[in-house]
Amino acid sequence: MEDALLLALQLLGATIRVATPLVLAAFAGMYCERAGVVDIGLEGKMLAGAFFSAAVASATLNPWLGLLAGIAAGVALAMVHGFACITHNGNQVVSGMAINILVAGLAPTLAYAWFQQGGQTPLLPNQARIPAVELPGVEALSGIPVLGPVYRELFNGNNILIWVTLVLVIATHWVLYRTRFGLRLRAVGENPAAVDTAGLSVAKLRYQALLVTGVLTGMAGSYLSTGHGAGFVRDMTAGKGYLALAALIFGKWRPGPTLFACLLFAFTDAVQVRLQGVVLPGIGVIPVQFIQMLPYVLTVLLLAGFVGKAIAPKASGIPYVKER
Amino acid sequence: MLLSGSGKGQPGAVPGWVGYALLPVLNLVAAFVLSGLVILVIGENPVDVLSLLLSEALGYPEAIGYTLYYTTDYIFTGLAVAIAFHCGLFNIGGEGQAYLGGLGAGLVALALTGWPWPVVALLAVLASALFGAAWAFIPAWLQAKRGSHIVITTIMFNFIAASIMTWLLVDVLIRPGSQSPETREFDPGVWLPSMDRALGWFGIAIPASPLNLSFLWALACSLLFHIFLRRTRWGYELRTVGRNERAAVYAGISPARNIVIAMLISGALAGFVGVNEILGVQHRVILNFTGGVGFVGIAVALMGRNHPVGIILAALLFGVLAQGGGQLSFEYPTINRELVMVIQGLVILFAGAMENLFKPQVEALFRRRGAAATETGRG
Repeated sequence: MEDALLLALQLLGATIRVATPLVLAAFAGMYCERAGVVDIGLEGKMLAGAFFSAAVASATLNPWLGLLAGIAAGVALAMVHGFACITHNGNQVVSGMAINILVAGLAPTLAYAWFQQGGQTPLLPNQARIPAVELPGVEALSGIPVLGPVYRELFNGNNILIWVTLVLVIATHWVLYRTRFGLRLRAVGENPAAVDTAGLSVAKLRYQALLVTGVLTGMAGSYLSTGHGAGFVRDMTAGKGYLALAALIFGKWRPGPTLFACLLFAFTDAVQVRLQGVVLPGIGVIPVQFIQMLPYVLTVLLLAGFVGKAIAPKASGIPYVKER
Repeated sequence: MLLSGSGKGQPGAVPGWVGYALLPVLNLVAAFVLSGLVILVIGENPVDVLSLLLSEALGYPEAIGYTLYYTTDYIFTGLAVAIAFHCGLFNIGGEGQAYLGGLGAGLVALALTGWPWPVVALLAVLASALFGAAWAFIPAWLQAKRGSHIVITTIMFNFIAASIMTWLLVDVLIRPGSQSPETREFDPGVWLPSMDRALGWFGIAIPASPLNLSFLWALACSLLFHIFLRRTRWGYELRTVGRNERAAVYAGISPARNIVIAMLISGALAGFVGVNEILGVQHRVILNFTGGVGFVGIAVALMGRNHPVGIILAALLFGVLAQGGGQLSFEYPTINRELVMVIQGLVILFAGAMENLFKPQVEALFRRRGAAATETGRG
């Protein structure tokens, strides 16, 4: 009983750690897609965030400067995306793709030139990593049957960014549905002409949304390289940006369901690690690859309308050209 | 110069070559200037690096062979993206379709040990087309019948293809007793002859390179692409759907049918990458042999303005980048292969997403000159 509980808690703990960058990236995508800008460049922005925060943290031994650098990198790329898609009415998918390819090349190129370690940054010492939060009272509660382990495994020792992410999730829900900015953001993604008629600048709102996207993707990257990991390694996002996109669609562009989708995808990942080589009765060993592709298959099924209907913000992907 | 509007109301004010030649060249220059900055940041001389890149790609016969081998892949994926574009679709799934195409070609080559190579080549072409098309069919059908966004579904299918191929190579097709996830090597008799071998039959000697007969097939595909699109009823229908789906419906053309046809052709074209890579060069099915060709195909199609001649030229450009960029690391210890991706990314960004960056300025320049000409004409 005690063991089963511990196993479940460890699984949940792993789920939370894996889910954090996904949640950050998916919510980053939510802001810009809700404002009508499709962004398949989440992956690239995360990777840039991961590289620059690790590089700066490694050089200054200050994780907070690293975090800032990661956020700055995310924001800079988001602004490039905005410049191409909002100012120049460029193709949003092409722009996102270009950013992904650019960063996939740029990060290892700079790492190679700056650190001479084969496209990685040096292993970060503990003081250069974003710390975990040690909660008080772990010892005191450890004697209590269920509460003790839960407190120790799930709440204690989480990275600060995990708590920040939790706050951001709640804040996003509030911003999107309870503030004027959120109302306008959603309006500009559904019917930009109406927003324009109301005297608001479509371009400005979309740039603001992309600003948030840049900040959140930068944080996601920082978490990967300086919070969860200890340094940048080549291709460290490994498709998490696309997975976040899948989660966003799976969550139908709404905060609650998107969070749930991220947790679900992260949970399959955590389970997958445990299931490797385990023989299931009647089925045999499930190849790892089939579990890994589950989120993508689920997203396709959802898009096909077999699991409810995913309706994107109406104006997403379409440049807004003001009538002259 | 007062406010002269968008310029759309003045047809003929700006000559056509500005659109398909001058602006792409300007975008390309901008991309290379920024690439030069990146090279400067890592502490090398951009002019030296870029000129070495050019000479390593085009400077001697063997290098040209390598460049054209890369070009072959990019022609296939460029055409694949372009045919989908002509039908108003965005096929990001070239990567997965090429991967599966390689599986098709590989299975044929594995099964037909001892057969004459022309038969194997023909069947491998058919199999890679079939596998690539099959992988494109599901997203196409979902787009046509259920309205699922093809950009997202093809991205997802790239990941699904990668998972399936990893599983096949690790658990199923792996050479018995081997540790590395790849099939056994094909019988040398079924290999697609390399260009040096093929030309050797005619007494022409060229240095050995991975360039093989699939280059000729790529050129043939470009011609067939043009004939299909411009000279057949099917091509006309496909372009009509791409231009205006409602008009197509009124003309009795089924958008759903054409979406599926366009994607089947697209998938088949991407699948041919497998013939070049697997049957022509690797001679076994390996992990990740596609290495981003599907994504480069998007840039090739955009730069080539979806026209076969443009696509061949753009594919050549990216072939030069791939070959020349790959060689840089031997000369410069601070530079590695990934610099190519930086340049590729910048080219896609400028030539694709910001294609209109210089348009207002250039058009204004031409209008001003045009206005000056009419002024002097009047005077």
